[in-house]
Amino acid sequence: MGEVLKIRVDGEEVAAEPGQTVAGVLLGMGRRSWRTTRGEGRPRGVFCGIGVCFDCLVVVNGVPDVRACRRRVADGDDVRAQHGAELPS
Amino acid sequence: MSRETARVAVVGAGPAGLAAARAAAAAGAGVLLIDSEPAPGGQYLRRDALADAAGTARRDRATALPAGTEHLPDTSVWAVEPAPGGGRRLHLRTGPADAPGRRGRTVDAAALVLATGAHDRALPFPGWDLPGVFTAGAAQALAKEQRIAVGRRVLLSGTGPFLLPVARSLIGAGARVAAVLEAGEPVTGWLRDPAGLAAGTGKLGELAGHLALLARHRVPYRPRTAVVAAHGDGAVRAATTVRLDPDWNPVPGTERTVEADAVCVGFGFTPRTELAVAAGCAMAGGFAEVGAAQATSVPGVFAAGELTGIGGADLAAAEGEVAGAAAARLLGFAARPPLRALRRVRRGRRFAAALAAAHPVRPGWQGWLRDDTLVCRCEEVGRAELVEAARARQAVGTRSLKLATRVGLGPCQGRICARNAAELVGDPALADGFARRPIAAPIRLGELAEDPRTAAP
Ligand SMILES: Cc1cc2nc3c(=O)[nH]c(=O)nc-3n(C[C@H](O)[C@@H](O)[C@H](O)COP(=O)(O)OP(=O)(O)OC[C@H]3O[C@@H](n4cnc5c(N)ncnc54)[C@H](O)[C@@H]3O)c2cc1C
Ligand code: FES
Repeated sequence: MGEVLKIRVDGEEVAAEPGQTVAGVLLGMGRRSWRTTRGEGRPRGVFCGIGVCFDCLVVVNGVPDVRACRRRVADGDDVRAQHGAELPS
Repeated sequence: MSRETARVAVVGAGPAGLAAARAAAAAGAGVLLIDSEPAPGGQYLRRDALADAAGTARRDRATALPAGTEHLPDTSVWAVEPAPGGGRRLHLRTGPADAPGRRGRTVDAAALVLATGAHDRALPFPGWDLPGVFTAGAAQALAKEQRIAVGRRVLLSGTGPFLLPVARSLIGAGARVAAVLEAGEPVTGWLRDPAGLAAGTGKLGELAGHLALLARHRVPYRPRTAVVAAHGDGAVRAATTVRLDPDWNPVPGTERTVEADAVCVGFGFTPRTELAVAAGCAMAGGFAEVGAAQATSVPGVFAAGELTGIGGADLAAAEGEVAGAAAARLLGFAARPPLRALRRVRRGRRFAAALAAAHPVRPGWQGWLRDDTLVCRCEEVGRAELVEAARARQAVGTRSLKLATRVGLGPCQGRICARNAAELVGDPALADGFARRPIAAPIRLGELAEDPRTAAP
């Protein structure tokens, strides 16, 4: 506790704590979804919470398909919503 | 890439894996404890921000690692195969979840204890893929570890006693619980079940505590009721609840619309069996089959915890202790027979059987779906599409069902939908075939290319 991490979420600077997951930060900001499905573009966020369902995928530091419920934030992380199927940049 | 030889490897640091590590280490064996999470504890013993000082001290004691145990956190076991010199070879990746460039390593273990746990089972209904619908376990994990209430006004729907601690955590995290809906018979029914009563005295006290808390917060607890639809544009705003008959068919005329910004569903648990299946362990009823000393059908491979049956954290820990001692004995260490743990296992299994019998999933849930309700969330396959494709292509066997319908071909590999899809096409046994997943934990293509088994020469 005490230590504050700075990350970016869709361009916005956000403070986070060590141990928080990307999903924890996003839900804490009031976001409920941050991905759209590859087929119909349906919105998705957390479902299973423990890395099993792959609904919560997000782009972290340019790498897509990161499970937001499992990934812990690190200082300087750049988090972006994931739209459909994305290729790594 | 480096290769090491550990004496006893334990996969999963939940109550079962921790107890196994402790028992094997106590007998003198070297132990490698591998878990994909950053901290030991698994689902039950996770860091709990809502706990009081006494609760935190209890958790710290329960997750303390014994001397002689090396803990590999943030490490996924993504494949297992026979090791050339006997025993098993495990393929590991260590690093932040789903990050590229995690460190690869293989470990040969003379004895292996699998304690990979379980995940929630969710049943589909119209709107279950809207953001704001969570599994009960997700709500529990987020409340305990991340101090996040998944909604301001939350409906819980499912079957079994697990809904009650989840309701308690949600209240603790600041949510209002609109109602707890139990699709089956009320858990208070256990109080009349002599077998359950005799075997699970501790549990019943815990349960009574949860019910008292719900009463204090005026949370209605409604048996034979379920959420059968979630509504909202882009996220949940309301849900339809309905009374169920004993087979879980909706009782016409009992629909109610309830305002809620989150719905949590939990219809029991599904074991995480991919490593056990990949190791060649015989399965029974979807679980790893074990003998008296938690030995699987594969010599040198033991299994413990929810992977072998759903029975809660106490049973998982007792089985882990038995498995750890047996693994050490196999390697020639003089482990004393864990008589008390064996008694706890026997008692726990009786309780688990009573629990399973008290909370079966009844087939009427299939009537909650509309034609276009998604069954497979990943590949976005609806109910009618699934059932018709299976019928038209005469899909027999899991493989042809997957190819005919795309169900289970997405990133979750059927972990969420396999049981539901198999029941909807009328052949529940098909679900077992989905557990054949040669890559047990996701690894990135670049990591796969680096692996000596798959890399081009
Ligand atoms: C989300 C969730 C929350 C729960 N919360 C509670 C609760 O608060 N109270 C309660 O009484 N019960 C809870 N349960 C029920 C729970 O299953 C327990 O009874 C208990 O934790 C089971 O213990 P276990 O040791 O068998 O498995 P778990 O505690 O599930 O531990 C299994 C561990 O194995 C790891 N693992 C699995 N596969 C791999 C792999 N391939 N590589 C590396 N590591 C791997 C997992 O990350 C996990 O840490 C919860 C279940 C779920 C799914
Ligand atoms: S919520 Fe299921 S994988 Fe993250």
